[in-house]
Amino acid sequence: MNSLANRHILKNGLTILTKEIHHAPLISHWIWYRVGSRNEISGKTGVSHWVEHMQYKGTPKYPVNVLDTAISKVGGYWNAMTHLDWTTYYETLPADKVSIAINLEADRMVNSIFDQKETELERTVIISEREGNENEPMFRLSEATRSAAFDQHPYAQQIIGEMRDLRTISRDDLYNHYQQYYTPGNAVLAIAGDFNTDDLIKELTQKYADIPVRGVSPKISVTPENDISRSDQITVKGHGDTVYVQISYRAPKATDDDFFALIVLDSLLTGPASLSMFGGGSISNKTSRLYKRLVENDLSVNISGGLQATIDPFLYDILALTSPEKDAQLIIKSITEEIDRIQNNSVSQAEINRAIKQAKASFAYGSESITNQAFWMGYSSMFADHTWFNTFIGNLEKITKNRILSAAQKYLDPNHRIIGIYRPSQKEND
Amino acid sequence: MDSLKMKNIPGPDTISTLTLENGATVLSFSNLNSRSIYMIGILNGGGVLDPSAKTGLAHFTANLLSRGTKNLSFSDFHSQLESAGANLVFSCGSQHAWFRGKALAEDVELLFRLSSDSLQNPSFNQEYIGRLRNQLIAGLTIRDQDTSEMASLLLDRHLFPDHPYGQPIDGYIETIQSITRSDIVQFHNQAYSPADMIIVIAGAVDGQEIRDLSEEYFSTWKVDTAAQSKSQLIPPPPANITRKHKFIEGKSQVDLLMGCFGPFRTSPDYMPVFIGNNILGQFGLMGRIGKVVRSESGLAYYVSSSVSAWSDVGTWNFSAGLNPENVGKAIDLIREEIKQFVKSPVTDQELDNSKSLLIGRMPISLESNAGLANAILSMQRFELGFDYYQKYTGLINSITAKQILTASQRYLHPDHLVITSAGPGEEIK
Repeated sequence: MNSLANRHILKNGLTILTKEIHHAPLISHWIWYRVGSRNEISGKTGVSHWVEHMQYKGTPKYPVNVLDTAISKVGGYWNAMTHLDWTTYYETLPADKVSIAINLEADRMVNSIFDQKETELERTVIISEREGNENEPMFRLSEATRSAAFDQHPYAQQIIGEMRDLRTISRDDLYNHYQQYYTPGNAVLAIAGDFNTDDLIKELTQKYADIPVRGVSPKISVTPENDISRSDQITVKGHGDTVYVQISYRAPKATDDDFFALIVLDSLLTGPASLSMFGGGSISNKTSRLYKRLVENDLSVNISGGLQATIDPFLYDILALTSPEKDAQLIIKSITEEIDRIQNNSVSQAEINRAIKQAKASFAYGSESITNQAFWMGYSSMFADHTWFNTFIGNLEKITKNRILSAAQKYLDPNHRIIGIYRPSQKEND
Repeated sequence: MDSLKMKNIPGPDTISTLTLENGATVLSFSNLNSRSIYMIGILNGGGVLDPSAKTGLAHFTANLLSRGTKNLSFSDFHSQLESAGANLVFSCGSQHAWFRGKALAEDVELLFRLSSDSLQNPSFNQEYIGRLRNQLIAGLTIRDQDTSEMASLLLDRHLFPDHPYGQPIDGYIETIQSITRSDIVQFHNQAYSPADMIIVIAGAVDGQEIRDLSEEYFSTWKVDTAAQSKSQLIPPPPANITRKHKFIEGKSQVDLLMGCFGPFRTSPDYMPVFIGNNILGQFGLMGRIGKVVRSESGLAYYVSSSVSAWSDVGTWNFSAGLNPENVGKAIDLIREEIKQFVKSPVTDQELDNSKSLLIGRMPISLESNAGLANAILSMQRFELGFDYYQKYTGLINSITAKQILTASQRYLHPDHLVITSAGPGEEIK
C-alpha cells in the first residue's frame, strides 16, 4: 500500500495515477471527477448523484445495457459513487480486458446521451432510492443535524438531494452539470494492478488525450464554514423503539494538520475507523473511552464515530443508540465529560501508539485488494493529492499529546456543536 | 471462454491440512502477497439447535464468546485484540456457530489463543449476559422497523413453516428475554465440540506454523457428546401463491421478496441454477429482471435475484425496493419473467455472457485472504474436493441451456411462490 504511485498529466489536464501490482491478474480502473453535492445550489440538489445514474444510460457508441454487458461478460464488476466532493466510477476486471474499461470511461466522459425518456425513468428510480433512505431513522436524523450544522455551505444537503428538487430537475439541468464538470482537467484517473506502466500510459494517452476541455459555465463559489456558530439541540420524531443520539462538531479539512489529530482523537473516543472500502475490515471499539463510559455502564447499546476527509471543513459525528427508557441527556453529559477529560490532558502515549498500530493494521488489510489501492490513489486526490495517503501513517506518527489536547480544545467545543436526537414519537418520557 | 491465468488458486498441493485427534480439521493456505492473516472457523452450535421457546439461544451463546473467558476479562480480551489492530468475532448461522478473525501476520498466535480460550472457557459472566441481552433486544427493535428484515422474516416463516429454518437466528424479543445463564451454559456444554470443527487460515503464514499452533491450542479440547440437530423434514415447496405484507408505520418504501426452494449445495442442479440465476437476476444491472423492472419501467432502485444453498436445501429469492404504488406491477413483471424463464431455454448469448462473468470473477473472489479462506472452507464443508476451483472453469463451461431449463423447472414456477413485503400499505395476514 505504501509503494508510490506514478503521476502523468495529459495536455488536456487529465491526471493519471498508476501503480503496478502483480499478485493477481487484475486491474482496477477508477475515474474521479471533482464534483459532488458541494457543487450544487438550492433547487438543484441531488443533480450530481443523478448525473452519475445517467452515465449508465449510454452513449452513441455504447447504447444503454451494452455498457454493463461489456464489463460483466468478462467477469468484471463496476459501480459508481457520488459523495460530498466527488463522483467516481470504477471497474475491476481481468488484466487483459482493461481496454474495455478505458474505452468505456473515455467515451462517457464526453459522449453520454442524456435521453429525455431515460431521464424520466431514472427520476422514479432515484425517488425510490430516496424513499429507501427515508425508511432509515439515521438518514432522517443525519439530514436534520447536517442541515443545522451549516449556515450556507452545500455540505448542509444530503447527497441524494431534496425530494422537491428530484421532482423538478430537468434533463437540461443534468446535461449542463455533466458538461460543466465532466472535463479532463477536472478528473483524475487512478489505475492499479497487473500491467506495464509504459504500455498502459500509451493506451491511456491514445484514448483520453483527445477529449476536449469543457466546463464553459462558471463554477459555483463555495465559502468554507470553519465553525458551527452555536450550540443547538434538535429533535426528530419518528416511528420505532430506538433512540439515536448524534453529536456533530466541526472537523478540519483533510489537508489541515489537525485532521490527523482528529483521527487519533476519534480512535480514543469511539474506536478506530475502517480505512478501507474494499477488502479492509473494521477493528472493534470495546476499549475505547466512550464504549467503556456508555456501553459498559448500560447507558447506550453501542457507540461509533464518523470523520470524513473533505475539501472544506465538514463534521465529526459521535453516535449512540439507546432505548427510550434511558436518559438521552445523560448520554450527552457523559460524552461531554469524556471529551472534557481529554481536554484536560489525560491522554497517554500508549493510547496514541495503539491508534497508530490499528491504522497500520487497517493499511495491511486494505492492501490485499487491488481495487482498494486504486481507490485510495484517486480518493486522496479529491481533497489533497495522491501523496496524502502515502504519508498518512507518517503523519499519524507525528501526533503528540499536546496536539491532541489542542485539537480537542479547538474542535470538540460544547458551545459549538449540534446535538440531534431521534426519538420514537410515542415515547415522551425523556 | 479463456481458462483462468490465476497464480494462486488453492488446490490439493497448496492447501495444508491437519486433522487433530479430537476431530477438528485445520486447513491453511500461504498468501505471501499479504502482510496479514484471516481465520474462519465453523463448528456445531447453529440455530437449528434452538428450543422453540428459546429461539435465538444459539445466537446469544455465540455472541457471548467474545465477552470474556475464565482466563481473560472482557476488558483484557479486547485490549489484547485492539492493541494489535486485530479482530475476532463469533456469530452463528442456522447450521453452525462461526468465528472470524483478522490480524497482522505477526499476531497469528493471538487469534489462535483467544479463539481457543473463548470456545473452550467462556465465562458467561452474568453482567455481560445482561448487557448483551439489552444490545440484542435493541437490535431486534431496530429489526422490527426495518422493512427489508421484516420482509425476509416473513418469507422464511412461510417458506419453512414449523421448521427451524423458518425461525430468525437472532430470535424474538420475548425469547431473548426468557433466556437464562443456565440455558446458555447448558447449550454451550451440549453443542460446542471440536469433533466437526473446521478452521481455515489464509495469509502470510506457512502451513507448519499453523499446524503447530493448532496442536498447541486446540488438541487438548476433549470431545464430549455434542448435541446434534434432529433431522427435521424440510416442508414441501410452495404449491400456490402465498402473499403476506407487514405494515410498518412511517416508511416511504416497500421491500419486496418473492421466494421458493432451490437446490442444495451438492445437488447436480446447483450449478445450472447458479448460472441460470445469474442470467435471470444478476448479470449486468441485475439480469432480465433488472432490465424489465428497473431499466425499462423505472420502478425500483434495486431489484435482483439470488440463490442460497446449504447441505440439505436451498432457496431462490427475488427482491426489490419499491414505491408502494408499484408493488403489484413489479410482482407481475417478475412473475412474467419467471414464466418465460421456465418456458424456453436461455439464449446462447446469455449463457455465454454469464459463463464468462462467473469464470472471470473468480480471481477477484480469491484476491483477499478472506476470499481464499472462505473458498477453502466451502470446499471442505461441502466436500467439493480441493481441486474444485482448479476445475471451476471446466465445470462452468460444461453447463448447457437445456440443463438450466430442466433444473430451473424443478424449482421455479410463477404460481408457486411465497411473496412477502414490509413497509407502507395495508397488512396482509
